[in-house]
Amino acid sequence: MDYLLTDEQKMLRDMAAKFTANEITPVAAEMEKAGRFPHDILKKAGELGLMGITLPEEYGGGGMDSVGYMLAMEEIGKGLASLVLIMSTHISLAAGSIHKFGTDEQKQKYLPDLCSGKKVGSFSLTEAGAGSDAAGLKTRAERRGDTYLINGTKQFCTLDPDCDNVIILFALTEPELKTKGISAFIIDKSMPGWRVGKKEHKLGIRTATTSELIFEDCEVPAANLLGEENQGFKYAMIALDSGRIGIATQALAVAKASIEAATEYAKNREQFGKPIAALQAIQWMIADMNTEYDASWLLTYRAALMKDQGLRFSREAAMAKLKASETASFCADAAIQIHGGYGYTEDFPVERYYRDARITRIYEGTSEIQRLVIALNSMK
Amino acid sequence: MNIFVCIKQVPDTEASLSVEGGRKVRESGLKWVISPYDEYALEAAIQLKEKTAGSTVTAITVGPARADGVLRTALAMGATAAVHVETDSELDHHAIAACLAAAVRSCGEPDIILAGKQAIDVDAGVLPLFLAQVMDLPAASGVIAMEVTDGLAKVEREIEGGARERIEMALPCVIGATKGLNTPRYPSLMGIMKAKKVEVKKFTPAELNVESLEPALLLESLSVPEEKAPGRVIEGEPADAVRELVRLLRDEAKVL
Ligand SMILES: Cc1cc2nc3c(=O)[nH]c(=O)nc-3n(C[C@H](O)[C@H](O)[C@H](O)COP(=O)(O)OP(=O)(O)OC[C@H]3O[C@@H](n4cnc5c(N)ncnc54)[C@H](O)[C@@H]3O)c2cc1C
Repeated sequence: MDYLLTDEQKMLRDMAAKFTANEITPVAAEMEKAGRFPHDILKKAGELGLMGITLPEEYGGGGMDSVGYMLAMEEIGKGLASLVLIMSTHISLAAGSIHKFGTDEQKQKYLPDLCSGKKVGSFSLTEAGAGSDAAGLKTRAERRGDTYLINGTKQFCTLDPDCDNVIILFALTEPELKTKGISAFIIDKSMPGWRVGKKEHKLGIRTATTSELIFEDCEVPAANLLGEENQGFKYAMIALDSGRIGIATQALAVAKASIEAATEYAKNREQFGKPIAALQAIQWMIADMNTEYDASWLLTYRAALMKDQGLRFSREAAMAKLKASETASFCADAAIQIHGGYGYTEDFPVERYYRDARITRIYEGTSEIQRLVIALNSMK
Repeated sequence: MNIFVCIKQVPDTEASLSVEGGRKVRESGLKWVISPYDEYALEAAIQLKEKTAGSTVTAITVGPARADGVLRTALAMGATAAVHVETDSELDHHAIAACLAAAVRSCGEPDIILAGKQAIDVDAGVLPLFLAQVMDLPAASGVIAMEVTDGLAKVEREIEGGARERIEMALPCVIGATKGLNTPRYPSLMGIMKAKKVEVKKFTPAELNVESLEPALLLESLSVPEEKAPGRVIEGEPADAVRELVRLLRDEAKVL
């Protein structure tokens, strides 16, 4: 698809591919098995500008467009899918929200350290009782003079406590207003009263730590309110539109890695006296995988391009995320089929792709919620 | 310091190549990169610039319009200027060296010129020395370590048998870099965006007054080597297998 891309987009993609081949792929399987958070990789990524790809140059960002971001994330995800979750949460949901809704002081204070990778951004919306129905959250933020007092427990936050965290937190400032009473806050490590609870043990994407966050009388300066009071839910939905391009890209990465592994294997594995790639049954799987992948890539590219052109892209981002995540599962499944029994073992990477693919249909809106978004936006 | 680095665009090492019309590599669908040895030269040039305040690194390439890509990458890695000698002609190494020399002179007096010891497309391995000859400069190729101080380049070059030769040359000189000289950096995103704003100077060979591009060397034909027959495993007891191996080497392969 090079003919659709600018020189800078291709250069960024090639750099990310090289970085992945040298720094990520060789350690991916072992890190994922151990569930070790990729501190070193993020540090190096920060030095190359990969932690602030789309943020403006004045804050130390790369000033790159969303298409370039998509290409870079896909390359990185082919090495280790977890990294795309961490980096897209960091870039699109955390830094992106501060850039879009924050004050000048907030931008000066947080964006340079986020862009360099010194600080790592998280986004905490989900609670035990508020998943797909994110507006059902219960965490409270009560105004006390110059501070807000926060109490509540957040679920499933992509966050590792050994980082210098910056969290975009959503809490109720006016409970009786429900959705219209949710506000967003910027939480950092200097604020006492929050801690990490249970760490989840997961099927896949294990290097991207998932934590419960507990807030007990956590004092947040009023200066750390993000944007206007009671506008938080709107901000979350806007951030998630961009986030979905990131998750679509993570899914594309897993699909592509599955296709590459399966193609290579099919050419080399011989049964009945010839490579299995010569069998039509295998060729049809390869054909379907590639077709699904290309369709997903083009949908994601469209969403990214629309974002770059300043158009509304909620519907298109939801389509990209829906299609790409289902394609990732399809391709990883077919890749295991093509590998036969070997694909089910840890000796080949496809079992990891299969596990990593699964989550992309759940977070940042399940496939069902994407369909809801697509339908509502298509019937307007 | 006025540092120059000569880089060539070549097909990606992982590209599968095919021949078109008996004399050319088929270009459609190929991915192009900086020749890996040139990356060592580029990295050495940038490190030298970083060590010596006020230095410039000018990257130069000779080739068709598409070769512009390697200059963008060089700028993204840290080169400060770029010159493209644009030509669609098939040049031999004498003509390429003449173009490079003219391009260097068009930018002023060089302190040092670096290049890869060879380009991984045709692997001729002559360019750094041809360039030095055209410019009447001292040269060393296959350089695996280097230090530049007080108008001197102290280099080590790899020679047969893994031995190393230590050479001192007065600047300006030409250096052909090899693997092991350094670890080339990645072009950073900041570098990529900065490179976008740098204007690449473009010349045709005629504009640089390169007199003759007539090749002294003519490429007759290009072909893909025939696929090697797969190896054979001789089964059986070791003693029998060895006997069979010797028989095959003598009677079939006729090497004994
Ligand atoms: C590894 C991981 C990382 C995560 N990271 C973060 C993070 O960083 N920040 C954050 O805030 N959250 C995060 N999440 C939370 C994630 O976004 C939610 O899990 C997700 O939105 C689904 O919510 P739920 O798990 O409560 O499922 P539920 O909402 O309980 O859904 C259960 C099922 O019901 C279906 N369903 C629910 N409502 C509807 C409906 N209206 N129509 C049709 N079907 C419906 C769902 O599609 C699903 O199939 C993470 C989750 C995981 C597993």
